[in-house]
Amino acid sequence: MHQIMQTQIEPASIENVSRRGMLRALGLTAGLVLAMPLLPRRGMAAYSTGAGKMPHGTVNDPRVFVSIAPDGVVTIIAHRSEMGTGSRTGLPMVVADEMEADWSRVRVRQAPGDEVKYGNQDTDGSRSTRHYLVPMRQIGAAARMMLEAAAAKRWNVAVTEVKATNHEVVHGPTGRKLGYGDLATDAASQTVVPAAELQLKDPKDFRYIGKGKISIVDLHDITTGRAMYGSDTRLPGLKYAVIARPPVVGGKLVSFDASDALAVSGVERVTEVQGWPWPAKFQPLGGVAVIARNTGAAIKGRDALKIVWDDGANAQYDSIAYRAELEEASRKPGKVVRDTGDIEAGLKASAKVVVGEYYLPHLAHVSMEPPVATANVSGDKAEIWAPVQSPGGTRDDVAKTLGIPVENVTVNVTLLGGGFGRKSKCDFVLEAALLSRAIGAPVKVQWTREDDLHHDFLHTVSAERIEAGLDQSGKVIAWRHRSVAPSIFSTFKAGVTNQSKGELGMGFIDVPFDIANIRCENPEAVAMTRIGWFRSVSNIPRAFAIQSMVGEIAHATGRDQKDVLLDMIGPARIVDLGPEAKDYWNYGEPLDSYPIDAGRLRRVVELVAQKSEWGRPMPKGHGIGIAVHRSFVSYVATVVEVAIDAQGKLTVPRVDTAIDCGTFVNPERIESQVQGAAVMGLALAKYGEVTFKNGRVVQSNFDDFPLVRIDEAPLVTNVYIVPPGPDTPPSGVGEPGLPPFAPALCNAIFMATGKRIRHLPLGDQLEKT
Amino acid sequence: MITMKVNGREQTWDGDPSLPLLWYLRDEVGLTGTKFGCGSALCGACTVHVDGEAARSCITPMDVVDGRSITTIEGLDANGDHPVQKAWREVSVPQCGYCQAGQIMQAASLLRTNPHPTSDEIREAMSGNICRCGCYQRIEAAVRLAATGT
Repeated sequence: MHQIMQTQIEPASIENVSRRGMLRALGLTAGLVLAMPLLPRRGMAAYSTGAGKMPHGTVNDPRVFVSIAPDGVVTIIAHRSEMGTGSRTGLPMVVADEMEADWSRVRVRQAPGDEVKYGNQDTDGSRSTRHYLVPMRQIGAAARMMLEAAAAKRWNVAVTEVKATNHEVVHGPTGRKLGYGDLATDAASQTVVPAAELQLKDPKDFRYIGKGKISIVDLHDITTGRAMYGSDTRLPGLKYAVIARPPVVGGKLVSFDASDALAVSGVERVTEVQGWPWPAKFQPLGGVAVIARNTGAAIKGRDALKIVWDDGANAQYDSIAYRAELEEASRKPGKVVRDTGDIEAGLKASAKVVVGEYYLPHLAHVSMEPPVATANVSGDKAEIWAPVQSPGGTRDDVAKTLGIPVENVTVNVTLLGGGFGRKSKCDFVLEAALLSRAIGAPVKVQWTREDDLHHDFLHTVSAERIEAGLDQSGKVIAWRHRSVAPSIFSTFKAGVTNQSKGELGMGFIDVPFDIANIRCENPEAVAMTRIGWFRSVSNIPRAFAIQSMVGEIAHATGRDQKDVLLDMIGPARIVDLGPEAKDYWNYGEPLDSYPIDAGRLRRVVELVAQKSEWGRPMPKGHGIGIAVHRSFVSYVATVVEVAIDAQGKLTVPRVDTAIDCGTFVNPERIESQVQGAAVMGLALAKYGEVTFKNGRVVQSNFDDFPLVRIDEAPLVTNVYIVPPGPDTPPSGVGEPGLPPFAPALCNAIFMATGKRIRHLPLGDQLEKT
Repeated sequence: MITMKVNGREQTWDGDPSLPLLWYLRDEVGLTGTKFGCGSALCGACTVHVDGEAARSCITPMDVVDGRSITTIEGLDANGDHPVQKAWREVSVPQCGYCQAGQIMQAASLLRTNPHPTSDEIREAMSGNICRCGCYQRIEAAVRLAATGT
């Protein structure tokens, strides 16, 4: 047994549960399904969440999620998409724990898109554990109690004398036992456990929750090449297609000549794909599809197409020139979105005003698996196999696009080879559906890496300008922050020039500082490409600007970064945003159970400072920086150490991160998410930039949009998980690790070199001339 | 007609000799464990062994593998118990898992020629394989575990 999870708080080693061939063995067994009517959709929880406000809310019916075969194998449904965060393991693990199922006899089966049946399946916003911990516990508890009732009836004893323990029910006085397989039939005929009588396990009795001892269910299949991703679907008669799309968003096809393409060996057909006028949510861009006997032939055929495009109005988009416009806008007043105290008076009373202007460019998701989807459309029925984050939304969009009833659409969810928000947008699925209908055959549409970079729903560009007014003692008494960035909603609706409530609530108007005078303004910005959400979304530029500014204030006042940060957070308290709170989104969560808690913010700062030995002496050329950020209702503080050599080459010897995500299920996956966030954070800081020239994306592949590789990745990322208090609601894990990384890095760079980085990527900013 | 061995089995191809091996393996043979990531040998997701050496199948044309022996992730070990595969599971390396077949094939190739690589040698040998999820710390640990047993 090898100890990989080094995360503190839960210093457990990994038990490697071999799960060979599990996916293949899944198909529903002949076993009976526990019969039980719907439980109330809420209740049982000591806290409320925003789950009920998501489309289709939550479902906690064990009949939907659990089945037990006569041989005792328990099949649990995973209804959220797996893109690497571990929810496909974590949520079924919660059910198994509550129902006292032996994990080695549990199989996990992926649900198709059906939100009426399973509840919300939209796997983004770091919501899976947050919204489904309680429903999964309820499902498991109901199943356990029905198995106990069935055993008590069989033995003709009081139910209080029996207890479900690790896949069997035991009669205490006599020691008799019955396995879950033996009880499945009887359990199914048990009377319903009223919701109020559901007894959840005492957390001290958890076998799996919070332990970090269970490997992800797909581990064996991943290491043997048998795990099925979106690209791996194979069907009889399957055709392979790639599509040439308009290079400019809003452009359209004028004409094409397919004669050379059709001459390519293996190419069978060339056909137009319908496009929608921009903006059109996730509808396809349109273009010309090349259909072939294999993907390689289709790509070669596409290279041979001759196409004339009408570029449309966005051909003017030049992102370098646009940066200057955004920065200019940030120097002028904009729509006031938070106004606490009197900003003008505060700035006037300040002895010193520190001004920082920060810029972050477009970022591409570039999941290792580019968008890909397989569709088989026949008559008024469609079956889809795709790596989608939003199978329910995809199902609706396929039905609408094809004009068929939603009941006639099946969306099978494969594993996702990375998602990061890109695979929430189902344009690639709609392309496959349209194409399958057009050619009357099952078809797989594969995006190349170039397609992925050229036609992403990109992370927005943003200019952030902060003026911080300091009094004589150095205390910050005024804070004016302007954030200018094209909104995600420009992808849904024409004419959107201000940020949405969700975007404003991502580390901007919810700045948790103890400052008397705060004003947040949002000047207008026009989108000229498809803007989408990227892991942690607007928190990236906000954390970068705000936490860099903390570093600048520390420098201006000659104080320690961490001390200034804690002073600016102020005393432990629930942060009151004032009148603006009514418009504050809070990641869809109620403020009573998920307040902005300055105490928790302080604690992650103090924990990471202590664990990283903040203040430790640094060798020459090394620097250390800190940043903290609350996002997806979790709290994360990161300390980054950098080493910069005489040529300006940057390495990251050590990263320490403390995360407070409330009650957690699988600390081993929390550790892996945080380690991964450090790598992604370093990649966006060093290299992350998509630029536009004449409306076209300039970058095409990993040579001009590089990612961090193993030889430049942080050598050590230590993760510390804050233990949850009793009934602390679970909060996000997948995204919150990312925002603090880049500002901590740049604060460290400043300590090492005296150079303040105000725009990313670093590019050649550190190079010595 | 191009003939080759794939995971020990004789295979033939009489189509386009310039077809990248990747698409032959995935779409024509049905071995989907080898993944497409970039098409330009920039990410390593498509790594297979050609006569035992790591090769990027996305830029390897079929005529180059004529008469040669190809091993994919499916053929690395009949039971999936190659020391690198076992180490990968022991360390719980993957997040999304998509790049992992390529990573494992690259690591297996490294250890074949250099059974006891240093940390720097591991990082250098594995630097052609991108992991967007950022599993690098565990990849390094798994390669070291496969090499040394610790």
